[in-house]
Amino acid sequence: MSSHDPENQPLDDLEQSRTQPGTGAAAGENAAADVAAEAHAAVSSTEADAFGRGEGVIEAKEVEGLSQGQIVLRRFTRHKGALAGMIVLGTVALLAITSMGIGPIPGWWKFQDFLGSGTVQNGGAPTLHLPRWLGGPGFAIGDHPFGQDEIGRDNFAQVMKGVQTSLFVMTVMGIVQLIIGVTIGALSGYYRGRLDMVLMRFTDMVITLPVIVIGAVLGKLVYTIPTKLNASDALVNTIHKYLPLELAIALGCILWPGMARLVRSEFMSLREREFVDSARVAGASDWRIITKHMLPNAMGVIIVNVTLLMSAAVVLETALSYLGFGIAQPNISLGNLISANQGAFATRPWLFWWPGLFIILIALCVNFIGDGLRDAFDPRQKRIPSQRQMDKAQLKDDRGLVIETVKEEAK
Amino acid sequence: MIRFIARRLAMAVGILLALSFMVYGILSAAMDPMEDLRLSTQPNKAQLIEARVRMLNLDQPWYSRYWGWLTEFVQGNPGIAWQTKQKVVDMLPNAVSTSVQLVFGATIIAVLLGVTIGVVSALRQYTTFDYAITFVSFVLYSLPIFWVAVLLKEYMAIQLNDYLADPVINWPALLIFSLIAALFWAGMLGGERRRKLITFGSAFLVTLATSYFLLSSDWIHDPKIGFFGLAVISLAAAYVLTLLFAGIKNKRALYSALTMVGVGLALYFPLQYVFATYEMTNGYILVLFAITMAVGTLVGWAFGGPDKMVSVRGAMLVGLVMGTLVYIDQIMRVWYSYSSSSAIKNRPIATIGPGTPGLNADYWTTYLDKFTHLLLPTVALVLISFAGYTRYERGATLEVLNQDYIRTARAKGLPERVVIVRHALRNALMPLASIIPGDIVALIGGAVLTETIFGWGGMGHMFVNSLRNHEIDPVMTYIMITGALAMIANLIADFLYAILDPRIRVNA
Repeated sequence: MSSHDPENQPLDDLEQSRTQPGTGAAAGENAAADVAAEAHAAVSSTEADAFGRGEGVIEAKEVEGLSQGQIVLRRFTRHKGALAGMIVLGTVALLAITSMGIGPIPGWWKFQDFLGSGTVQNGGAPTLHLPRWLGGPGFAIGDHPFGQDEIGRDNFAQVMKGVQTSLFVMTVMGIVQLIIGVTIGALSGYYRGRLDMVLMRFTDMVITLPVIVIGAVLGKLVYTIPTKLNASDALVNTIHKYLPLELAIALGCILWPGMARLVRSEFMSLREREFVDSARVAGASDWRIITKHMLPNAMGVIIVNVTLLMSAAVVLETALSYLGFGIAQPNISLGNLISANQGAFATRPWLFWWPGLFIILIALCVNFIGDGLRDAFDPRQKRIPSQRQMDKAQLKDDRGLVIETVKEEAK
Repeated sequence: MIRFIARRLAMAVGILLALSFMVYGILSAAMDPMEDLRLSTQPNKAQLIEARVRMLNLDQPWYSRYWGWLTEFVQGNPGIAWQTKQKVVDMLPNAVSTSVQLVFGATIIAVLLGVTIGVVSALRQYTTFDYAITFVSFVLYSLPIFWVAVLLKEYMAIQLNDYLADPVINWPALLIFSLIAALFWAGMLGGERRRKLITFGSAFLVTLATSYFLLSSDWIHDPKIGFFGLAVISLAAAYVLTLLFAGIKNKRALYSALTMVGVGLALYFPLQYVFATYEMTNGYILVLFAITMAVGTLVGWAFGGPDKMVSVRGAMLVGLVMGTLVYIDQIMRVWYSYSSSSAIKNRPIATIGPGTPGLNADYWTTYLDKFTHLLLPTVALVLISFAGYTRYERGATLEVLNQDYIRTARAKGLPERVVIVRHALRNALMPLASIIPGDIVALIGGAVLTETIFGWGGMGHMFVNSLRNHEIDPVMTYIMITGALAMIANLIADFLYAILDPRIRVNA
């Protein structure tokens, strides 16, 4: 924001920090974590005594001789929610890719043709049954574990294909917004001045409208433009076949402003640091300073932000497909599955339940992974004892005190 | 200050112009007004195409069409939706008011609930309650609203209506509900194990007994709060509000709150007479509201003592609670005749649209009808946005709780209530000033998905429909309005912040 103009610096800076509530909140939590850890250190004072006094001694001992990557990995694996999210997301992705195949490679699922109709068996009811100990009639997968629709299409095949689309769109959107956001943020944070002013005005413009509004406009654009330009049918079909890719790129082009602002503010503070000065004195080019010296230092913020945006991306894509401005036939997305099947809720609820559950599962896992990454990358982050652990330690401490006083009195 | 505003406004106008230019370009590429004609087999296809081209000026390049649109728009003529030949000016008032109606209540409820839960979650950091709230808010955050909406229609409308037609007490559901409520209260109020157990037990029993009583006594067919209910609830409210915001030792505040309850109860029967005799309007309700606030101020002032504002605030809050209760009571009293009327046919919870068409009824029934229609979309919107507020407020509270002035306040021996309410809460609420203006703008911009699903003809619906129908004028109007409001909201947020936080200066 107009840093060339010192007059209204406070307010403009405020706007910057305001638009990133996530970072403020995270800082708050971590600051709180500090105090909790302090309390913990105080409670287990015997431990602290062994290594000398002072805050964060235990943590310092813990990370002794480890590289930054190892520390991050260790902290990440300690976050149970993030680990569970990673495992579940991995399983879902593996299931979707192996069952329906990827590109020309076919998968192991028997109904590879997810758009082909078949004979409706037993009213299309799901053949997936719970095991006996869960109150079901005995575990079975059967022909159509997630059921069939009214013309006999296999719901499992459709949902798995939809999961593939969602994961694919999410990844591409993440990459596109990463590239644009980091480039714009890095340039305006590093060069400041007029370039910063222009780029940030542009960012302001993109961020003005709700993403779902621009998303709908872009979704429509991607779908209509080939027909409008009187392209041949074959070309139109090819373009529509790769619609998920085109849509993902288009949506990536509107999701980047948050990232750009974060990277910019990170770069603004990094460029004042000594190591950047020393690199410059040593004759490094701007390009080298940005990519080799500053970017690695901003990596934590970037990774966390990409992850959190990806979970928003999943929901955005499904919402657009639901409205009819997203992915359309011959491709399949979880959103348009729900949109197509919502009318059949009373008769075939499974057609509606499964795609929705997978959307939630994916978004939830990505959210948890993002949360874990945020904790892992924050250097101020410390191990947090739960309230119960604190109470226990307190109790133990009190007892120890009691025993000691009793002993002293006995003397 | 004025220079600052002028500069910001000029910049906003510039950005808005650039935005409209770009969006117009994208839209004219994305929209295909000839779609139906291209596939048409009519003999006079060429003529039709020519007519359409002339009507929409499609022979000109898009930037000259943009210029034409902009000059008209600036003069207050936002164009027409060409498929229906409707003027955008005529579509707007209805769309805006529908959107505001839909999102207003939901935003208020989401803010109140989210902020309260967020603050409590921060105060009980790293307890099971905190973890549970964090997990729930993550789940809510990941929910696609269109999916929730369909579930709500099924379970909260169709099945609830079935249940209301023939309510039988479902014991397992009742027990589970009471158990969840008890766990919630025990976690929220916290404390030692003994205190937690007491809270748990009493919350469980109270919930169970209340729901059993309400279900078994035909209350849900003919609900009302009544004099007795009003007395119990407002006494409890007076006690809790005083406890939280003044401290129970502040006798003046307690007495003024209790006096307010007395005044309210004394006015209950006269009010019933007023409601029965006169046809109410929103104007009368506003007058009654103003009177309540005035009485509250007077009572608080009379008891005030040296710190008048505390008592005044308490009395006003109690008055607000009682007024709301009386209003709800009146609405509830028409429930029976409403739900059994021929227009409703015992399916009181509606799934589509903002009101029952052709329902000519008095003030209370009309509003009851509005509320039954608002129920589902409001629940859907609250579920989705609640999570964001909770996370935000939890973070803000934790940040404040770690400030030095909180430590100072504790160190000088202030009671924990004062530390939390006066020192922490006020500062933790400040960041809300920066997100609430944006949310209020979203009121008018509408909830695109929610409006589509529940069939409310608001702004979001207008946008989606016009985009589908290749009508550029309404879409551009929508974009200009939302964009302008977003800019204004940003400006207001900055100003609120500057007013609330003395550390921030506006120099210009």
